[in-house]
Amino acid sequence: MNELIDNWRASIATASATHVPLRVRGGGSKDFYGEMPDSSHTAINTRGYRGVVEYEPSELYITARCGTPLTEIEATLAECGQMLAFEPPHFSTASDTGATVGGCIAAGLSGPRRVSAGAVRDFVLGARLLDGTGCLRTFGGQVMKNVAGFDVSRMLAGSLGTLGIITEVSLKTLPRPAQELTLCLEMDEAEAIAATNRWMAQALPLSATCWRADVLHVRLSGAPTAIQSARAIIGGEIVADDVVFWRDVREQRHAFFATPGDLWRVSVPALTSPKQLPGNALSEWFGAQRWLRDVADAAALRAHVIALGGHATLFRSADTTRVARFQPLAPALLTLHQRLKTAFDPYGVFNPGRMYPDF
Amino acid sequence: MHYHDPDAERFASVNRDMLIAALRPCVAPTSLLTTEEELRPYECDGLSAYRERPLLVILPENESEVQRVMHVCHELNVPVVARGAGTGLSGGAMPHKHGVLLSLAKMKRILSIDPLARQAVVQPGVRNLAISEAAADYGLYYAPDPSSQIACSIGGNVAENSGGVHCLKYGLTVNNVLRLRVVSIKGELLEIGSAGADAPGFDLLALMIGSEGLLGVVTEVTVRLMPKPKKAQVILASFNDVGKAGDAVASILAAGIIPAGLEMMDKPMTAAVEPFVKAGYDLEAEAILLCESDGTDEEVAEDITAMCAVLEKCGASNMRVSQSEEERLRFWAGRKAAFPAIGRISPDYYCMDGTVPRKRLGEILKAIAEMEKKYGLRCANVFHAGDGNLHPLIMFDANVPGELERTEAFGAEILELSVKLGGSITGEHGVGIEKINAMCSQFDADSLESFHAIKAAFDPRGLLNPGKAVPTLHRCAEFGRMHVHAGELPHPDLPRF
Repeated sequence: MNELIDNWRASIATASATHVPLRVRGGGSKDFYGEMPDSSHTAINTRGYRGVVEYEPSELYITARCGTPLTEIEATLAECGQMLAFEPPHFSTASDTGATVGGCIAAGLSGPRRVSAGAVRDFVLGARLLDGTGCLRTFGGQVMKNVAGFDVSRMLAGSLGTLGIITEVSLKTLPRPAQELTLCLEMDEAEAIAATNRWMAQALPLSATCWRADVLHVRLSGAPTAIQSARAIIGGEIVADDVVFWRDVREQRHAFFATPGDLWRVSVPALTSPKQLPGNALSEWFGAQRWLRDVADAAALRAHVIALGGHATLFRSADTTRVARFQPLAPALLTLHQRLKTAFDPYGVFNPGRMYPDF
Repeated sequence: MHYHDPDAERFASVNRDMLIAALRPCVAPTSLLTTEEELRPYECDGLSAYRERPLLVILPENESEVQRVMHVCHELNVPVVARGAGTGLSGGAMPHKHGVLLSLAKMKRILSIDPLARQAVVQPGVRNLAISEAAADYGLYYAPDPSSQIACSIGGNVAENSGGVHCLKYGLTVNNVLRLRVVSIKGELLEIGSAGADAPGFDLLALMIGSEGLLGVVTEVTVRLMPKPKKAQVILASFNDVGKAGDAVASILAAGIIPAGLEMMDKPMTAAVEPFVKAGYDLEAEAILLCESDGTDEEVAEDITAMCAVLEKCGASNMRVSQSEEERLRFWAGRKAAFPAIGRISPDYYCMDGTVPRKRLGEILKAIAEMEKKYGLRCANVFHAGDGNLHPLIMFDANVPGELERTEAFGAEILELSVKLGGSITGEHGVGIEKINAMCSQFDADSLESFHAIKAAFDPRGLLNPGKAVPTLHRCAEFGRMHVHAGELPHPDLPRF
């Protein structure tokens, strides 16, 4: 395993000498996400650096090398009745080799349970980063509470490999809920957003919501008795194939995602009125995550979403050049991002342009 | 004692009169404190053993005043130390002798509460508990509950990434803050995070929270509010062996239960608190556990039954379940009074804040008992056992020559052992000035270098809270405890390429 790290160090040295940057890649399942990887850059494949390093259910964490398949991590946890509570999407298809845990952290994407459990970054306890000088740096650790030093490991969640190669990561794990039940109800989007937020304020055990075409799906998780009393308040019909339903929402295999054209992810304050947003929507997370189709004017959407206090990501698109994938940063923040990039990757060797063209 | 930082002298040329003249137009006349008696209350924070007098204290009333103050300090190359309520236990808000102490105490308004979105927007000087009190009208509360919550400010909580008794289930400050407005050292305004689920770019919120005033000054905080659980109940369990109590903690978590609170106290601690609060603790027990469940009536009933079964299996010698809210609060009263109770039986005490993996709790307790003999000092222990976060309270008398020094050596040894056992030198109190040397044990030179690079990205001139939280490599070398991993010296291959 250490030879791999040494090989990567050599690649980093070559990249900084020749000015041919590196393209860090796990299973390739999220190649579509962010600005397109530049095929002229040297590929670094992390899949060989794999394996669970430590897992103790009673300590509630798992440490794994970056190339470990996400399926392997999930299976390991499931054997002990635990899970990655941020329910990460794999987005794996026939054309890739399957999501890795390193890619999962670098992409920073969370699934349906994010609304109740938290996002990827909430579960990152520690990480090792091979940075742009070839130095392997350790941040955080395995314990839940650790406020020594800056919390770099959480910041790596969603950094898209631009700060270095995340070689190893420690994640907080949680027990699987005793029971889950999904209900579906008919209502329009505005009603669905108001109702789900009201239920949350009443402490009902909601663990996922999805609204599409006047049907709201609500997942309840927890103690069977608590689920029964929540069911009496919410009403609706029980969904039989709920596991498949939430998997399809998480993996974007739901029919909504199958239609052609650009797919936008809009992150806004949850109570934002649907009338404020254009296009055709599927909304999750009590309204905090809206997937939009048929958006005619990207610039108008972005300007509008910023005024609403959110941001818009062009999540999937066949067109690789026309529109920036991520919402542009305010000038002061962009400067800060560039400085942070330089702090970890002074020669600009890791995934340049993958997040923003500026670094 | 006055803390000696040789690096502080790089700011010795700051001209105080010129600084006062430049800052006077920035704030109202009553917001600038310059006389000796006005400055004295600001000499230290909750770590009163370390004191320093700032050149002046300034108390801006709004964000634009903060921006103006920062702009002036940047122009004149003057250090700035931000201060919330001054309750911190690691000296993070100890002033800089050639710098400005920036108090956020006048910015204490709750700007808005949105009950349906379950969010509150507050100024940094708002007290932690005041947020929950204001949200209570809507059946909501702010979850992180550091024991100083009556007094500590949310701005200070952000700086320290404060925890509390319930963070096993509800998370730390970093898991409960959604958005910050931050003024940079140059006086620029940054919006970090969002009122939605996330923000574009790097997760700067994670970097800012717990950054101990080294990266910017927080002027507004948006927090997540939680619905108040309908019910809470606590089990008080006794163990005749500390190791067994530690194993019970691991067994509860392994059984798939995440308690709302999971606290441990050892025998010296229960002996100290019982006469004080009369919580009804079992004084024969070597350790007691407080295991709390909260949620709906049904959830609590299920959890309590399940936890009782685990505790019994783990050899609890006695168990009592609170039968009323009044009884629950009484069981907790002893835990919450731990610090003052020790203050009653000892002239001085020193509170440590190490974290270890839960399975090592028994081990570190035994080691601490040995250290008591070695240093000739008594120590009582309270733990956030569910998080592996221990608070040994070392008892001493500052008037006895040598006792403070022995106490500090005792504390340092506990922290070094915490790191060796796979933990951290601080779970929730921060590094500040107190654990600056201990940082050299936890981090190797490479990681410290990264921290300095991050600091420079935000504050190239190093004006924000200089000398705190992250030691210089030079300091670690002098301290002689540079962490050497697996026998490798730091920088074996410099220059790298």
